[in-house]
Amino acid sequence: MLEVLIFATLNGLVTGLLLFMLASGLTLIFSMMGVLNFAHASFYMLGAYFAFSISQYLGFWAGLIFAPLIVGSVGALVERYGLRRVHKSGHVAELVFTFGLAFLVEEAIQFIWGRDTKNYQSPDILDFPLFTLFGQEFSAYRGFMIAISLGIFICLYRVLTRSRIGIIIQAAITHPNTVANLGHNVPLIFMGVFGVGTALAGLAGVIAGPVLTTFPGMAAVLGSIVFVIVVIGGLGSLAGAFIASLLIGLLQSYAIASDVGMPELLNLIGVSFESSHPLNDLWTLTLPQVAPILPFLLLVLVLIFRPTGLLGKREE
Amino acid sequence: MKSKIFSFRLNGLLLVSLLSLSTASQAQEPVRIAFMDPLSGTFASIGTSGLKILQFAADYLYNSKGGILGGRMIEIVPLDNKQSPTDTQLQFRRAVSDGLQIIFQGNSSAVANTLSTTIARHNRRNPEMEVLQINYSAVDPALTEEDCSFWHFRFDAHAVMKLNVLTDYIAQNQDIKSMYIIGQDYSFGHVVADTSIRLLNEKRPDIEIVGNEFHPIGQVKDFTPYVTKIVSSGADAVITGNFGADMVSLARSIIDSGLEIPVYTFYAAYDGITATLGEDGKNLIRLVHNESSNPIPTETRKDFIRAFKAKNPNNDVTQQRIVNALQMMVTAMEETQSTDPYTIALALEDMRFTNMSGEELWMRGSDHQIFQSLHVSVHTDEGVEFDADNSGFGLLSEYHVPAEETIVESSCQMQRPRR
Repeated sequence: MLEVLIFATLNGLVTGLLLFMLASGLTLIFSMMGVLNFAHASFYMLGAYFAFSISQYLGFWAGLIFAPLIVGSVGALVERYGLRRVHKSGHVAELVFTFGLAFLVEEAIQFIWGRDTKNYQSPDILDFPLFTLFGQEFSAYRGFMIAISLGIFICLYRVLTRSRIGIIIQAAITHPNTVANLGHNVPLIFMGVFGVGTALAGLAGVIAGPVLTTFPGMAAVLGSIVFVIVVIGGLGSLAGAFIASLLIGLLQSYAIASDVGMPELLNLIGVSFESSHPLNDLWTLTLPQVAPILPFLLLVLVLIFRPTGLLGKREE
Repeated sequence: MKSKIFSFRLNGLLLVSLLSLSTASQAQEPVRIAFMDPLSGTFASIGTSGLKILQFAADYLYNSKGGILGGRMIEIVPLDNKQSPTDTQLQFRRAVSDGLQIIFQGNSSAVANTLSTTIARHNRRNPEMEVLQINYSAVDPALTEEDCSFWHFRFDAHAVMKLNVLTDYIAQNQDIKSMYIIGQDYSFGHVVADTSIRLLNEKRPDIEIVGNEFHPIGQVKDFTPYVTKIVSSGADAVITGNFGADMVSLARSIIDSGLEIPVYTFYAAYDGITATLGEDGKNLIRLVHNESSNPIPTETRKDFIRAFKAKNPNNDVTQQRIVNALQMMVTAMEETQSTDPYTIALALEDMRFTNMSGEELWMRGSDHQIFQSLHVSVHTDEGVEFDADNSGFGLLSEYHVPAEETIVESSCQMQRPRR
C-alpha cells in the first residue's frame, strides 16, 4: 500500500507540474489581455513536434532549447499580426480567433508530420532508473521533468514579483492605461507575455512528448483540463494555477491508484443490488474508472461554492 | 467547425476525382464504395492507414487491370466519422444521399454497432436503396451473435475467437502465475476482460487474476499511475485490448517503469507504434491476429506489400483483411454481375475464397462471420523480412491455429429480409 501511495504521489507530481507549465502561460495571458486562449494546448503540441524534428538532426538537447524559442516566436507573431487586429472587435472575436487557430494548428501538424505516432524518444543520457523502490523504477527522465517544471515555477515567480519587468506586467494587468501613460509600451508587453506564455506551453510539449507520446491528438487530450485548472486556481492567479495543477495531478493519480468503488461504499452502509438491476452500471462504478472526470466534478463544485477560484481576486 | 473545414476539403477532393473520372470513362459509371472511419482526431492514424490500403488494393488489383464488371472502376469515397457514433449517423446520411450502397468500416465496435442498427433500420424503410456494411475490424462478438444483421459482414475474427487462441498460447507458458487485465472502458474492452477471465479460469485455474482495470477511451494522458498498480500487483503478464494512442502510451509506460513482463495485445503494431516500442519492447509485446505476419507465406502477397511500400513508403499493409474483404466483395459482384447489396450479400454467404496468402477463407452464412487461421506474433527485429514503420522491427509469427480450430458456435438468429 505504501509503495502505491509513494508512486501515486510522484506520478501526480509529474502530471501536476506538467499541467502547471501549460496553465501558467494561459493564466498570465488571460490576466493581461482578458483573452482565453483556446489554442494554448496547440502550442504545447507544436513544441513537441518541433522538438521531435530538431532532435532528428541535432539531438534532444538542441530541441529542448530551440523548440520553445520557435514556439514562442510563433506565439508572438500570432499576437502581433492576429490577435492585436482582432482585439478591436472585442473579446468574442478574440475567442473565436483562438478557437479557429486551434483547429488550424491541428490540421497543419497532420498535414506536415502525418497522422501516425512519432517516435520521439527521451535522451539516452537520462535513460536509467533514478531510484528503485519496492521493485519499481522511477526513471531519471521523470525526475528531470519535475526539476525543469519546478525551476520554471521559481523563475517565473521571482521575475513577476521581484524584477522591474514583473512589476510593470503586474501593473499592466490592472491599470493598462496608467502604465501606458507612464511611457511603457503596453502592446509590446502584451506581445512579450503572449510569446513567453506560448513558449512555456512549447517547453511543456518538448518534455512531455517522449513520455506521453507525440501524436496529433495530444493537444485535445490536455486542452480541456488546462482550462479546468485555470478556473479552479482563479483566473489570473499564478499561485492559484500552481496549487490547482498539483491538486488535479494528485487527485487523478490517487483516484487511479485506489481500489474503492460503489460496491465498497454500498457495503459500508449495508445496501446491495442485484446484478440485474437496471442501474447496475452505476452501482458497480469504481473510483479508477471515474478518475478522469473528477477534475470536472471539482470544477463544478468550485464554480458553485467559490466562483472566483481558489486564489482568484476578480469579482466582476 | 472542424468537420466543416474537413468535409469542405473532402468535397473538393471528391469533386476533382469525380471530374477526372467522368472524363476518363464517360460510358462506365464507377462502383463507389464508402470508407467510413476516423480520418481526424485521436485515432486518425489508424483510419488513414486503412484508407490507404483499401485505395491501393482497389487500384492495384482492379483499376489498373481495367476495372470490374466489364470495365467499371472502383472509387473509394472517404467519410470521416471521427470514431464517434454521432458523426457516424451524419456521415451515413451523407453516404445515402450520395447514393453509396457499400460501406467499409472497422474502427470501434461502438461505431460498428451504431452503423449496423442504423443500416438495418434504413434498409427496412428503403428497400430500393439498401446499404451493405463491410466490417473489417470491429471485433465485439455481439455483431455476429445476439445483434447480428443480414446487412453486416465481418472480415476479422471476433474478440472471443482471438482470445481463445491467445489464452491457449498463454496457458502453455508455465511461468505465468498471475495476470493483469487493463482495457478501454467500452463494449470491446469489457468483452476482452470478461472473456479472458472466463477462459483463463477454464484453461489454467492456477493463474490468479490480480487486476481488472478499465480506463476511459482516448482520454488518459499518462498511463504511469496504472502501471504502478500493475507493478505492485506483482502480475507476471498483462492482457490489453487497447489500440491507437492508448496502446502506445500504455506500452511505453510499462517499458519505462522497467517492468519486463509479457504484454498480450490485439493492436500493438504499425502506425508509429512499432517504431516507438523499438528495442525496449523486443520479445515482450505479443499480438493475436489473422493473416500471418513474417514469414509471409506467398510471393503474391510479398509482391503486393512491396508494391504498396513503393507507393506509400511511410505506411505499411497493416490490415491485410481489408484486401480480403475487397476481393471477396468483388468476387461476389463478378459472380452475380450486380452491385445490388442484397444480391452481393447472398453471394457472400458461405463463400469460400482463397486469398493472397494462399489460404481458404470461409464466410459463415448463418451469422456472417469469417473464419481463417489465427496467429500470435512477437515484436522483434530478428527474422523480420517485412518490418513496420521502417524501423527494422516487426512481427514474427510464433503460434498458429488453423481455421477449423477457431470455429465457435453463434447465437445469431438472423432476420432475413423478404424479397
